[in-house]
Amino acid sequence: MSDLHSLSLHQASSLLAGRQCSSEELVQALLKRIAAVDASVQAYVSLDAESALAQAREADRRRASGGSVDPLLGLPIAVKDVLNVDGQPCTCASRILEGYISPYDATCVARLRSRGAILLGRVNMDEFAMGSSTENSAFKVTRNPWKLDHVPGGSSGGSAAAVAADEALAALGTDTGGSIRQPAAFCGCVGLKPTYGRISRYGLTAFASSLDQVGPLTKTVQDASLLLRAMSGHDPMDSSSVDVPVPDYSLALRPDLKGMKLGLPKEYFVEGMDPQVESAVRAAVEQCRALGAEIVEVSLPHTRYAIAAYYVIATAEASANLARFDGVRYGKRVEGEDPIDMYGKTRAAGFGREVKRRIILGTYVLSSGYYDAYYLRAQKVRTLIRNDFLKAFETCDALLTPVAPTAAYRIGEKKDDPLQMYLGDIFTVTANLAGICGLSAPCGFTGGGLPIGLQILGPGFKEENILRVGHAYEQATEWRLKKPELKG
Amino acid sequence: MSATYAQSTDKIDVRYVAHLARLNLTEEEVVLFQSQLDQILAHVKELTALDVEGVEPTAHAWPVQNVFRADEPRACVDREKVLKNAPLERNGQFVVPKIIE
Amino acid sequence: MSPSNYRATVGLEVHVQLKTRTKMFCGCPTEFGELPNTNVCPVCLGYPGAMPVMNAEAIRLCVRTGLMIGCRINPYSKFDRKNYFYPDMPKNFQISQYDQPLCLGGEVEIEVDGRKKIIHVTRIHQEEDVGKNMHFESSSGIDFNRAGTPLMELVTEPEIESADEAFAFLLALKQILVYGNISDCNLEEGNLRCDVNCSVRPEGQKELGVKTELKNMNTFKGVHRALSYEIKRQIDVVSKGGTIRQETRRWDDAAGVTLAMRSKEYAHDYRYFPEPDLMPVVLPTAQIEEWRQQLPELPAARRARLIRDLGLPEYDAEVLVADKAVADYFEETARLCGNAKAASNWIMTEMLRALTEKGLAIGAVKIQPVALAGLIKLVEAKTINMPSAKEVFNILFEQGGDPESIVKAKGMVQVSDSGALETFADQAIAANEKVVADYKAGKKVALQFLVGQVMKLSKGKANPQVVMQILEKKLQ
Repeated sequence: MSDLHSLSLHQASSLLAGRQCSSEELVQALLKRIAAVDASVQAYVSLDAESALAQAREADRRRASGGSVDPLLGLPIAVKDVLNVDGQPCTCASRILEGYISPYDATCVARLRSRGAILLGRVNMDEFAMGSSTENSAFKVTRNPWKLDHVPGGSSGGSAAAVAADEALAALGTDTGGSIRQPAAFCGCVGLKPTYGRISRYGLTAFASSLDQVGPLTKTVQDASLLLRAMSGHDPMDSSSVDVPVPDYSLALRPDLKGMKLGLPKEYFVEGMDPQVESAVRAAVEQCRALGAEIVEVSLPHTRYAIAAYYVIATAEASANLARFDGVRYGKRVEGEDPIDMYGKTRAAGFGREVKRRIILGTYVLSSGYYDAYYLRAQKVRTLIRNDFLKAFETCDALLTPVAPTAAYRIGEKKDDPLQMYLGDIFTVTANLAGICGLSAPCGFTGGGLPIGLQILGPGFKEENILRVGHAYEQATEWRLKKPELKG
Repeated sequence: MSATYAQSTDKIDVRYVAHLARLNLTEEEVVLFQSQLDQILAHVKELTALDVEGVEPTAHAWPVQNVFRADEPRACVDREKVLKNAPLERNGQFVVPKIIE
Repeated sequence: MSPSNYRATVGLEVHVQLKTRTKMFCGCPTEFGELPNTNVCPVCLGYPGAMPVMNAEAIRLCVRTGLMIGCRINPYSKFDRKNYFYPDMPKNFQISQYDQPLCLGGEVEIEVDGRKKIIHVTRIHQEEDVGKNMHFESSSGIDFNRAGTPLMELVTEPEIESADEAFAFLLALKQILVYGNISDCNLEEGNLRCDVNCSVRPEGQKELGVKTELKNMNTFKGVHRALSYEIKRQIDVVSKGGTIRQETRRWDDAAGVTLAMRSKEYAHDYRYFPEPDLMPVVLPTAQIEEWRQQLPELPAARRARLIRDLGLPEYDAEVLVADKAVADYFEETARLCGNAKAASNWIMTEMLRALTEKGLAIGAVKIQPVALAGLIKLVEAKTINMPSAKEVFNILFEQGGDPESIVKAKGMVQVSDSGALETFADQAIAANEKVVADYKAGKKVALQFLVGQVMKLSKGKANPQVVMQILEKKLQ
């Protein structure tokens, strides 16, 4: 079978269950696809071909030995290179982690492994997940499979590009301010940022601990719900993981939206948005209405302060989280006369510009005399933003918004203007500040053929709401059937 | 407006902050970051337009408390793996330039 | 102005390693003396992606300390990151508590030269320890076994006014910590470490002088010496018109001086902010009350009880209570023999002497309370006399065992049978005519000599009281 690589997780799972293909064939098909197109897409940082084939053969043996099998058994998945995988590097797309071999599995990775999923390799990202275009990787610039001179979005750009280019059936990403949802929108795949605390962060190299969350990037909403369920649930190794039951999300997936009330936050439809994006999102809203949802306008009045609050909190936490990269215990090291000299040189050589910029900003907002004016104030604004959502969700089951003000842009276009880059995160950072869940689903294309994403935001621990909306909308449209044209 | 805020309207001292963060910067980086961070901070200062009097700060997205573990030993990580990751190792210790106290 | 016209103001920051099996935020053991970098894991090595989870026992022990010294237990407490770079610090931030520590207030009573004084405690907070540095010729090596060990920091108000008071405070605190089973307080293993803030000012001046911070004192004696030195140094400087620089000074124990540290660090800017990976501690009142119910008796209360209920003299109670293990041993012995004063006498004289001679702690001795109690009973029943009893004690101390068997094996049962003793008495009288004459002439002490002769004839087994009565009767 030559097109095994283009399957969704569910399609592949039923082929495996029906013995129509083996896991080994599936992995081989993906390796072949990667060999053919990754030279142009540049999604993978490192591929574990041999280990993936060995895992596949093991999965095939388990299946052959009979008994009940997990739907994930034998399904290959790509992992963002910010998650620790035992015995493998975890570069975070940074030179500073050169030579580091992780001695442990992140909890989400361990959970997928225990269900029989296959770890195919690690995909590119913005260095330490800091960025919105994957241009900040120390290793390579990942391309948007729909237009190779455009960015795939970021920071989980490698995950989104790999899924969109059929180089992975699904991938794990992380989302601190939109890093799953925005690249999913730019590459035309599904991206889910679960509620903060839903999936353990243990083993996720922290960027901003109070905002980071692991989530799947997939070809369908159904696939996202499958991976969400597999990874969710309380983890004693992560104090912020919340101990609430994990529902069977597939039960929420229905063809209609009858009885659902969906809100349109007026602050998310503003001037400066690409009109093509706005019309695609508005058309999607109409589609949801046609599927039976009631649409109401809501207000999230503190939205305009979100970027400022986000960049204060995220960089402050990052400045501490990244202090451990010092050349003492692991990773890169540049020798110095004394420890301080060694730190300064090691970190200068090991971190890229965006990371340095954010470390400086984060250090500054915490420093003596500035804490109250910046950090504490940002935390209070965070409360206001959170309250906005709590109020909106008193009347709505979910909110519909654009994911980003524009579709993917040209590589290099915004690289030298960090503020412009940050402002592009306006529709996504709010969910991280509020801790709620959000889904990005394809909702059209620009005239230039670039995908556009619809963001569906839901209350905390109500992923079933946004998966239901996303699934019904996806099934009623045909965006998912369109594939980028890649030579290979 | 508080006294601390008055201070915060000062320009960021990139060199000093970079030293606190143990980041050696090139002259070019100092100049570049100075202008970029000034711009970013100008945007961040919009936060001061908001009245946050009486608003509780949010440090955690969900109000979870009292998360403890029992005082029971767990397996340590293989010592060899740990030492293999060390950029410089001697007698099972991580070596750094001489610490002067 | 002469040195005696200056007053010193001292505050202590005491770091106490808690008695837990595992580290503060991970399950690595807290054992001492392993090969370097053995008791480590991704969490305590600050690996990418690792996350801390609070050790419940460490929180309990910190709160228990607070309850023992009368702190208010903070209804809402949280952890913060204290940011600074140092090679022994895996994450380059220390998880500590900044503005919401577990315990607030509290007090410890000290006594110096018979004068009692309350030293107020500002706060107690919980944090994690760092690794250990070792020095090679031209580089340093780090062992992270200790990194992440639960450390409780207790800060006093600046109410201590001399090296003696600081020393007394540390002894009193150690006693409390041992009584509460909170820390092993093993100074060699660094279980208890102390930083000192010290300033001097002329008598009558209200505002405090510029303070220095002293580090690197490894023993209580070291704290005493360092502080004595530093107070004198500061007075010397100030009385000659000089000024004290606010700085951190390192105690050089061998040289007996404090020296300004050469660190080129800027003024500290720790950039504290709430630790996002740890949730707040909001202890239910019922939990705190339960812990309060479980508090052990404090030394002062125990002293009072020994005096009141067991009728011990104040001095005995003071000596016994000073070491919890000794006091426990005493109470057990007293309970078993029913004679508190005798138990106290034995422990305060024979036992403490033997312990000092052998350099042993009471927990390590072979003689069990039940054996000592048995020995006391044998003396009470006049089965053996005092010299024999001391001999038995020494055997029990060296070898253990039970006193009855030793007495039997050694044939020490004292002879009170008047028939045998009268024969010995007659022999003694016959052999010492001159002494007998002296006695009869009114020299009463002469009788003691005759008693000694009878004891000798009985090979030490005679009951001296009975011998005395027989001799008196015969010489009337």
